[in-house]
Amino acid sequence: MLKRLFLVLAILIAAGCGDPRSHSQAVYVLIDTSGTYALEAAKAQLIINYLLGTLQPGDSLAVARVESRSFSEKDIVAKATFDTRPSQANAQKRAFREATDGFLKNVKQSRYTDITGGLLQGAEFLNETGAGTKTIVVFSDMQEELDKVTVRQVPMNLKRIRIVAVNVVKLNTDNIDPRRYFGRLEAWQKRVVAAGASEWRVINDLERLDSIFSRS
Amino acid sequence: MTQFWMLWPDNPALSIFVLAIVAMVFLYAARKPMHDLIRAVGALLGGPLRLAARWLIETAAEMKERNKAVLLAHGRQETGQRIEREFERLAAVVKRELQGYPALQRKLLDEITRIEEDYKKCGEVPPPPTDWVEAVTAMANVKTGGSEMVQKILEEIKTSIAKIHDKAIGEYRRSYETRHKILEGFMPFWRSVDRNMTEVNKKLGDIQESAKGVDALMAKYEAINAKTDKAEHALTVSAFTQFAIALLVMTVAAGGAFINFKLIALPMSEMVGAGDYLTASLRTSEVAALVIIFVEASMGLFLMEALRITHLFPGIATLSDHMRRRMMWIALILLVTLAGVEAALALMRDMLIADKQALLQSLATTPQPVPSDGWVGRIPTAGQMLLGFILPFALAFIAIPLESLIHSARSVGGVLLQAVVSTLALTLRVLANVARRMARVLVTLYDVLIVIPLLIERASKAGLGMRRGAIDADDSSVHPVR
Repeated sequence: MLKRLFLVLAILIAAGCGDPRSHSQAVYVLIDTSGTYALEAAKAQLIINYLLGTLQPGDSLAVARVESRSFSEKDIVAKATFDTRPSQANAQKRAFREATDGFLKNVKQSRYTDITGGLLQGAEFLNETGAGTKTIVVFSDMQEELDKVTVRQVPMNLKRIRIVAVNVVKLNTDNIDPRRYFGRLEAWQKRVVAAGASEWRVINDLERLDSIFSRS
Repeated sequence: MTQFWMLWPDNPALSIFVLAIVAMVFLYAARKPMHDLIRAVGALLGGPLRLAARWLIETAAEMKERNKAVLLAHGRQETGQRIEREFERLAAVVKRELQGYPALQRKLLDEITRIEEDYKKCGEVPPPPTDWVEAVTAMANVKTGGSEMVQKILEEIKTSIAKIHDKAIGEYRRSYETRHKILEGFMPFWRSVDRNMTEVNKKLGDIQESAKGVDALMAKYEAINAKTDKAEHALTVSAFTQFAIALLVMTVAAGGAFINFKLIALPMSEMVGAGDYLTASLRTSEVAALVIIFVEASMGLFLMEALRITHLFPGIATLSDHMRRRMMWIALILLVTLAGVEAALALMRDMLIADKQALLQSLATTPQPVPSDGWVGRIPTAGQMLLGFILPFALAFIAIPLESLIHSARSVGGVLLQAVVSTLALTLRVLANVARRMARVLVTLYDVLIVIPLLIERASKAGLGMRRGAIDADDSSVHPVR
């Protein structure tokens, strides 16, 4: 019996050694605070709550704002790598929620929208976590507006990162000419795929987030 | 392009006819080598198949012999052990029931002796009438003849006799009364004897029943020793039954182990972490929970071995009693400790789930009903803790069906393997026969294709035969037999 037990353990350990991939998830949520979209920020709480309820111990989560220049650690509102112990992870999640609550209640509108900078910052954060599954959730209308000084025509590295655009609301101009909306999304898709992103998704119905974050 | 074979493209029927004639001629010319080829291919396919089938049949026969030997040896050992146990039981019964037999016998003899003595006393009859009765009779016959004196004498005699008679009657009555009292005194002794005899009878009946069981086992043992087919069949059926029952119990135990796993998998993540994975879908915490369950099952196995309930490890069976007892205590203490750990983990599971629920509730946008914290709400917690404590002990008992499963699996597996090999042999044999018959069918089919040349050949042979017959007839007419 002991021999069998050791054999099973040896197989399991060997299997573990043979699979060095990380199975944790890391999610970086970008929240657009520019112009009229800042009014939508309250909806972002739903996504954050959903992620807090879905992510497992050992996973990482960060929430950052998108403002005039977003390639900065200062734009990260809250970040955490949850403890592997479930009880500690739950306590961290509570603290995380309080931190994001405070931010979302007092959102300051920014003049410009630097989504590219946010993506670059998010990719950097996600790569540092070493997670197996990396996701950037962009809560924005995907309309980038930069000032004249800011340079964002830089090559991005989004390898093995999936980009999920959430709540991409239609602008007034999109309503006049829907081609602008579809063209904008298509342009982003081309850009992130060219940057090596593993997947590009647009989810306007927040109920469908399950299909992205549910573990197989 | 597709009609290149047509000799006359405008006339396909003629082309086909001419080609068929040409093909027939060629096929007729190649008839013998083609027949040989078809037969050779048939033999090439059928030969190895038959060889393999024969080998498999021999292997199956060998396996049957080996299975029989193993089955009988196992049956002999099992029956021998049962007979030993029956004898031990019988010896215990004899010792228990008949150890008081000498005292009982003495008691019975005493009672019988007393009854005999009393019986003899009953036999003491009162003394017979004295001789004076005859004298009185003679006197009574004397004729008074009116004599007053004689009459007076007779009256006096009568008075005396009446007194004596009353006295004698009184003595008789007293004597019978005494004897009745003696007989009445018999009753308790008779009852005691009857009771003792019934008791002896019952005990002897019990022993006889036990002896019948031993007789049946001995008959079975003798049948196994004689290697009869009936004994083999009975043992095979018994092995299958044992296997099925053990499998059923093991399945139930596996269900218990699964529940146990579910109870401790989540809280184990609190101990070893929930973020570590051994494979894509197997967490370290789940493996840790499985290991705990396996360790509990192992401890149960050692406990059963140390208690000599199972006999899977000869090493443990041959240990000295002192060592065995020590091992039993160690296994029991470890099992109790693990059961305690499981109970604690079950409590922690409940707390973790409650914490998670509270978190989800705080994250939910719509308020959800709060579960009651009364004594009803604590029932699942208590139930989980109780289950966590009991299941390890319940799992310990899987050692018994496991032993049964292992022992019967050899016989069942052997029989099934033999059946598979026999079926395979039959299939190969059928295939070999099909190959051989197919060669014959193809030979016949070949002849059907060249039926016209064959008919011509037959006709020419028949004509030649008739001509030869005619020549022979002519020859016989020229040279008549003398």
